[in-house]
Amino acid sequence: MGRSKTNETLIFGPFFHGLNKRVVRPEVRHLREQDEDMNFPKLLIANRGEIARRIIRTCKRLGIPTVTVYSEADRNMPYVQEGDERVLIGPAQATKSYLNMDRIMEAAAVTGAKAIHPGYGFLSENSEFAKRCRETGLIFVGPETFVIEAMANKIHARNRMKEAGVPIVPGYDGPIESVDDAVSLAVEIGFPLMLKASAGGGGIGMQRVDSEAELRMAYDTTLQKAVNFFGDGTVFLEKWIEEPRHIEVQIAGDRLGNVVHLFERECSVQRRHQKVMEESPSPALTTKTRERLYEAAIRGAKSIGYTNVGTMEFILDHNGNFYFLEMNTRLQVEHPVTEMITGLDLVELQIRLSAGENLPWTQADVGAAGHAVEARVYAEDPKTFFPSPGEIGRMNLPSTGARFDFGYGEGSTVSPYYDPMVGKVIVHGMNRHQALAQMRKTLQQMQVDGIQTNLSLLLKILDNHQFINGRYTTNLVTDLLRD
Amino acid sequence: MAEEFKSVVSPLPGVFYRRPSADAAEYVQEGGRVEVGDTIGLIEIMKNFYEVKSDVAGTIDSFIVVNEELIDIGQEIARIVVE
Repeated sequence: MGRSKTNETLIFGPFFHGLNKRVVRPEVRHLREQDEDMNFPKLLIANRGEIARRIIRTCKRLGIPTVTVYSEADRNMPYVQEGDERVLIGPAQATKSYLNMDRIMEAAAVTGAKAIHPGYGFLSENSEFAKRCRETGLIFVGPETFVIEAMANKIHARNRMKEAGVPIVPGYDGPIESVDDAVSLAVEIGFPLMLKASAGGGGIGMQRVDSEAELRMAYDTTLQKAVNFFGDGTVFLEKWIEEPRHIEVQIAGDRLGNVVHLFERECSVQRRHQKVMEESPSPALTTKTRERLYEAAIRGAKSIGYTNVGTMEFILDHNGNFYFLEMNTRLQVEHPVTEMITGLDLVELQIRLSAGENLPWTQADVGAAGHAVEARVYAEDPKTFFPSPGEIGRMNLPSTGARFDFGYGEGSTVSPYYDPMVGKVIVHGMNRHQALAQMRKTLQQMQVDGIQTNLSLLLKILDNHQFINGRYTTNLVTDLLRD
Repeated sequence: MAEEFKSVVSPLPGVFYRRPSADAAEYVQEGGRVEVGDTIGLIEIMKNFYEVKSDVAGTIDSFIVVNEELIDIGQEIARIVVE
């Protein structure tokens, strides 16, 4: 695999529009000749906001008709009008709209859509939904149902990866029956520990515990949260990894059993266990560790028969040891980082793989070049992270130098009912130094009025010496706000 | 002696819940007793949950907002007959 395949003059696809043409970027690798219409049926996007717009963009290029669905709160969202057809699926509450399988299946039936793209979040990792789509004869843009099911449960996923020889965080792999049970296991493994919900995800349902007293206190609340959020009160224990970094590997697989990696994404800049800034390549990996990481990701994905696009998440300790955390059987929020260094369109890849096409290249054909960084703009207080819904007034996004994947525009209302992410800013440079400088310049030029945003926090991160040196852990944001 | 009502108003916009999870019992029923600091409901805002607590001791007279209803900032959630 080469990391040097670059081209200075190629015309980029629609979402590369506005990039500084002098920056050396990877060659764009549309999987087919550009603008050639794909023979793929009408696609319903079972999601909202920026990811719905992102999917529409690729569908337009491939000539695939789209259906958007929306809740009463989202009537005036930009994505709704950008699809070819639109269906109102219910009131604002996600459980009554974007999580309501019946309404989404009805919307597909009414519009004659024959494929569903679930985006991320909502129903994207719900194996029941994938199953229903497929039983109705719809193409579900994602991996096989049994794969989604196998990876949805963290204990199960840990055991599958262990069997495949992928390192997992030391801990207890069986469910824990009681708080006394937890305490005796904890003493065996040793504090500090992470107490986690097996059905958890998105940073919800996990708690660090440093002592028996803390474990006893955290046990009930973690269990309760697991029941509330995921309807499953199974919890387990993992050893706490000192100075942890979160690094994930993008992979793609086809039905012939071919699996390739599309390099890593460093995701250690987090607040409340949720990602704030991502970059690729990771500044933490040596060449040797990087190769071992890719090898482990591919081995793990192959062992479960992974098809389509997915992500293997790992935690890296300060000695360069890495352990499997979980697998995301969907497109990631931070997928543009990978697109910027490889020149690939991951939504196109998802669609082609779900249409039954095979990977058009082998590992050796996939190259990456330069350095990409993504910053997530959240509608929240930059210090307390308290949500800040409201109407966006003026919004200035610089016209060159960055890719903006935003769900909202001027005059859009960021409603209190969904995720606080307003959009993502993605930049690419020849090297990390250049990419960070470009990100700083872009964020300084940005203006979002009417709501509170985390823009000042993002700039603070870019000025932090640990971040600049690439020597940061998942504690970065907490440490930075304490100083 | 006139009864003294205290209105509990929402500090946030979002979705209001009267129970900690779909299968759980309600935090408190109408006619039920609350102490200072007791949770009477949850508000979900941007995937975060905030507990609504009573700042008086008394009896719940009525809930103005039903479970899973959308709620605005400053909207009346419940009335408590103060002791």
